[in-house]
Amino acid sequence: MNASPHVERDAHYNFGYLDESTKRMLRRALLKAVAIPGYQVPFGSREMPLPYGWGTGGIQVTASLIGAQDVLKVIDQGSDDTTNAINIRRFFARVTGVRTTESTPEASIVPTRHRIPETPLREGQIMVFQVPISEPLRWLEPSETETRTMHALAEYGAMHVRLYEDIAHHGHIATTYDYPVIVNGRYMMRPSPIPKFDNPKLDGNPALMLFGAGREKRVYAVPPYTRVASLDFEDHPFTVERWSECCDLCGSRESFLDEIILDDQGTRRFVCSDTEYCGQRQAAQAHDAAPEDQA
Amino acid sequence: MTGALLSVRNLTRTWDGVHGCRDVSFDLHPGEVLCVVGESGSGKSTLLQALSWQAEPQSGSVWYDVDRAGLVDLATLTGAQRRLLARTDWGFVRQHARDGLRMQVSAGANIAERLMAVGQRHYGTLREAASGWLTRMEIDAARLDEAPAAFSGGMQQRLQIARNLVTHPRLVLMDEPTASLDVSVQARLLDLLRQLVTDLRLAAIIVTHDLAVARLLAQRTLVMRGGEVVESGLTDQILDDPQHPYTQLLVSSILQS
Repeated sequence: MNASPHVERDAHYNFGYLDESTKRMLRRALLKAVAIPGYQVPFGSREMPLPYGWGTGGIQVTASLIGAQDVLKVIDQGSDDTTNAINIRRFFARVTGVRTTESTPEASIVPTRHRIPETPLREGQIMVFQVPISEPLRWLEPSETETRTMHALAEYGAMHVRLYEDIAHHGHIATTYDYPVIVNGRYMMRPSPIPKFDNPKLDGNPALMLFGAGREKRVYAVPPYTRVASLDFEDHPFTVERWSECCDLCGSRESFLDEIILDDQGTRRFVCSDTEYCGQRQAAQAHDAAPEDQA
Repeated sequence: MTGALLSVRNLTRTWDGVHGCRDVSFDLHPGEVLCVVGESGSGKSTLLQALSWQAEPQSGSVWYDVDRAGLVDLATLTGAQRRLLARTDWGFVRQHARDGLRMQVSAGANIAERLMAVGQRHYGTLREAASGWLTRMEIDAARLDEAPAAFSGGMQQRLQIARNLVTHPRLVLMDEPTASLDVSVQARLLDLLRQLVTDLRLAAIIVTHDLAVARLLAQRTLVMRGGEVVESGLTDQILDDPQHPYTQLLVSSILQS
């Protein structure tokens, strides 16, 4: 699984690309974010060698935390081998020289775009999410002063208007990603555009979850073992996506499936979005089928 | 000021030291309708904004009967308490319905929003309440899921009123609620308003420049000019026997039929 080619550390860059004082500023913001779960802490976002919207927030958070002993895994839409994932992994290998991996249990820090791995996380691991728009109330209220007041007074009732609209038009809550949550019974938070399938994994997770929005200049956090509740109505409770199919490659019925169109006739197949999880299961099945070959 | 719902004392709020309202005092009792009339720029809307704390008063005080526990000076409440009051016990109807409505969501969501804001979390109940209010506003309940933009001006205004009344407020502030409607729609809306204030025993402050509105709805009237109240009293008294020269001018400028 750990076939990533080794990349030499480029000593022309400071460890982790950012300068030390920037990293310290970010860590201070992150400490505050961890102390107040779900609260958006402003920070001085820096220019990064990639455009806003490509994950500058997540990369800055990662850069400020990564140490020489860390093992890095990068996820892009569940996958370890897309352009974005490969390039971010290579970037950090080059500016820090840390070991990279595709294995979730091995990794100590996991920058991710829009998925939480299917493999359960453990204590001591850090997930870093990239966030496009950090303010959950933005669609409701364009004024920043007003949204901050609403957060301060926990005036979140109107957020249900969005769910009401979904049910009125579709008969069920049709929001499928970036599904708003209440963290620790207090702050409303956008969990970044992860599918709502992953929302229950946020609740009481032993790993530390950090969220960085580079353009919006905000960081926030869900500390380990924190309550995270998804919004719903009493008569329309929160549910996650279910598929009638199973994964074509590994046969999983529990994981988040991507639908892939194969030809113009509409032939389609479903496969796990989490490539590492799927690969593990396929390897285990191959092992079970032919144990003598492995010896 | 005993038994009053709202009591305003020497209220001053100016935008630039000159324009606004100055030194306004009055009492409003439960179930009473007060009209504030006067020309454009006489400080009517400012008065409404100042007493509902949307624009903080510069001097004077506003007392409100919070939780039926007697009059409380609004300045002594926290911002959070005032916002809660504004969301639950007060209504604010604006001249242009689109300023008071959430135009991107359906009529039902507009009506139910306040209920959700105070913690109602049952979709079925919310929908029932919304459709009940729509019917009460003489709008077909089948249009519950339509966007407010699909409604006519008069319907939008009624929708805005429903959105405000859904939490059963005791005080409704209306800023020229009929001014942007044509005459026949105005008459219908006034009729509805009159019925609502009697049915729900609403206290209302209605800002208008139309004396006919005052005549039809209000027990008492304040006449404002240049930011000050020039005359106040029972509506019939003011309209039939105006004392101040400006009020006399105002009354005499109504077309006699």
